[in-house]
Amino acid sequence: MQTGYLGVDIGSISTKGVVIDGEGSILAERYLWTKGSPIEAVRAVIRGLEEMLGDTPPAICGTGVTGSARKLVGAMLDADVVKNEITAHAVGTLSVFPEARTILEIGGQDSKLILLEDGVVVDYAMNTLCAAGTGSFLSSQAKRLGLEVEALGELALLSKAPAKIAARCTVFAESDLVHKAQIGHKREDIVAGLCTAVAANYLNNLAKGKAIRPPIVFQGGVSKNAGVVRAFEEATGAAIHVHPGGHLMGAIGAAALAMRAGSGKRFDFRVAELDFETRGYECAQCPNHCEIIRFYREGVLIDAWGGKCENGQKAS
Amino acid sequence: MEIISFPHLGPYHVPIARLLRRIFPHMEVRKAPPITKRTLELGSRHSPDFVCAPFKYNLGNFIEALEGGATILMQAGGGCRYGYYGEIQEQILKDLGYSFQFVQFLGKEATLASLHRACRELGTPLTGSRLLGELALTLRMLWVMDTMEAYVRENIGFETTPHSFETAYGAFLNALEDVDSFSALASVYKTYRKKIGGLGVRKPVDCLRVGIVGELYSLMEPFSSFFIEKTLAKNNIMVSRHINLTYLLVLKQLEGKRLLRQAGEYLHFPIGADGTDSVAKSKKMAELGYDGVIHLKPFGCTPEVNAMPMLQNIAKDYKMPILYFSFDSLTSETGIKTRLEAFHDMLLMRRETRREAPGSGADMSHTA
Repeated sequence: MQTGYLGVDIGSISTKGVVIDGEGSILAERYLWTKGSPIEAVRAVIRGLEEMLGDTPPAICGTGVTGSARKLVGAMLDADVVKNEITAHAVGTLSVFPEARTILEIGGQDSKLILLEDGVVVDYAMNTLCAAGTGSFLSSQAKRLGLEVEALGELALLSKAPAKIAARCTVFAESDLVHKAQIGHKREDIVAGLCTAVAANYLNNLAKGKAIRPPIVFQGGVSKNAGVVRAFEEATGAAIHVHPGGHLMGAIGAAALAMRAGSGKRFDFRVAELDFETRGYECAQCPNHCEIIRFYREGVLIDAWGGKCENGQKAS
Repeated sequence: MEIISFPHLGPYHVPIARLLRRIFPHMEVRKAPPITKRTLELGSRHSPDFVCAPFKYNLGNFIEALEGGATILMQAGGGCRYGYYGEIQEQILKDLGYSFQFVQFLGKEATLASLHRACRELGTPLTGSRLLGELALTLRMLWVMDTMEAYVRENIGFETTPHSFETAYGAFLNALEDVDSFSALASVYKTYRKKIGGLGVRKPVDCLRVGIVGELYSLMEPFSSFFIEKTLAKNNIMVSRHINLTYLLVLKQLEGKRLLRQAGEYLHFPIGADGTDSVAKSKKMAELGYDGVIHLKPFGCTPEVNAMPMLQNIAKDYKMPILYFSFDSLTSETGIKTRLEAFHDMLLMRRETRREAPGSGADMSHTA
């Protein structure tokens, strides 16, 4: 029987799952919205992957998870590897683009910059404190303009004279956008300006003081926006590579890391049918009031986190 | 009876409370409750929004101290705009309706004579020379603490018995509470140097080494940095940091202009507060072949923002990654954990490739 490795990337907006074989080729993939419920999203991803693998599914001999819900889902799937998004994306991207020197990543709520030398991460940055210039900003502006977020990129490419939109801050960008619309700028020019603002915001904030060297790979949900891709190409003067599977790199990386870990522990798709429940409570043992989450499978406590000291953990 | 209290700064409540007890034997010294999320919430609620995190923590400590019955509050320090914080904190607390006496000791203005005058006004029975003696003992105690803590910091990640360092260091701090003379201090130091120095450590010669630089409060109050040193140690990383009270009160003053010279070509002028130190010490650690440096500051800290362009150049020139953190009153740890984990992974990967291809990567050619 063929062996496979499962990788799941649970982001704030979308959940991605892949099964790769021992060579790193994708056997099955799944992509859907998290909708604020990571457990349900992962359940759907697991069912979807099983369906895609058909009647003779490979034996899954390793499971890796990444993304902002990795702790929760790692416990749910009893994963071998629970990795941060930066490492997972770097590993995943390198398996497709071994020669990459720069990875630009813009997701729903965060953005990252990863710099590589000879296939090794040498520096990285991640947005702090502010989600300006990420996917959720584009979605909300698209809604304001009465457009689907998916349509922004094509529309931006039609623009001959992009409007200037402030890049520093979402609130400023939004008031700029309203103003430009009211004084008569065309919609495509405004959208193109918006895309340029996203790229400029990224380069001014994350890439400050860091050297962006080609080959450059651009991924995350926003990489599907051709307008932002063009804005990055103009700003960096280099070709920007966007892989059709760019949104899966975190999941591929998690699967590859699980393969490397080589635990050989078998994964059972029936996990999707089990009952999972989280119960949150505030520990009252000291004024810190840690918010503790207890995680139950079929009514049995399997993990707890959020406590700062022994007291909170013991209480579980 | 008057009850005297002061804001927290890591483990330094021990020598500060001890000193205050000696100077004001007619008063009760009551430490503010340990910092918790509530402290930060209280402090943030009543602080100007854009003020830095140390202001918010201090204010939270003051409020909790007042709730606990304090009648006299002490504030000290200076260097940056921190030097103006006392007046604002006093006004905010008065506006909240608390009645108390507020006493400030500011770095540059505090002479021994003015200090003695202030203490006498509060009714100290100590003569000037006795006060001097107490201050000297306190400085010595700070040195003992900082020396011990530096050893703990660099070794705790490699202890063979879990929690052995933490337990022993806690006992050491407890023992310091009762010290009343140089000889008692020497004997505590001797006992615990032996005890802590004798704890089992399994430390590989080539362990990962990370330096911590930045703003003093973020560095010295572990709660404000999500216990970053502890997290690093748990991942078997040796952690070094130059900033502690001994450094700030004594060594830095002795270093004077030499500090700027240590920053080499990266700085021609001092950049305020401890920004110059961040540049100079990061350069030094790069030269010593450290795997990385982590720079901590409260959000909006001007001296440390000043230091960042030079830190970026040092990172580039020495091929040593530097990770930057800004802390404010947010309490989600996830973002910090993610970045730290990625930093750790990166340092490990860099090490592995360097081992495979000797001579490449960050070599030691810059060693001074």
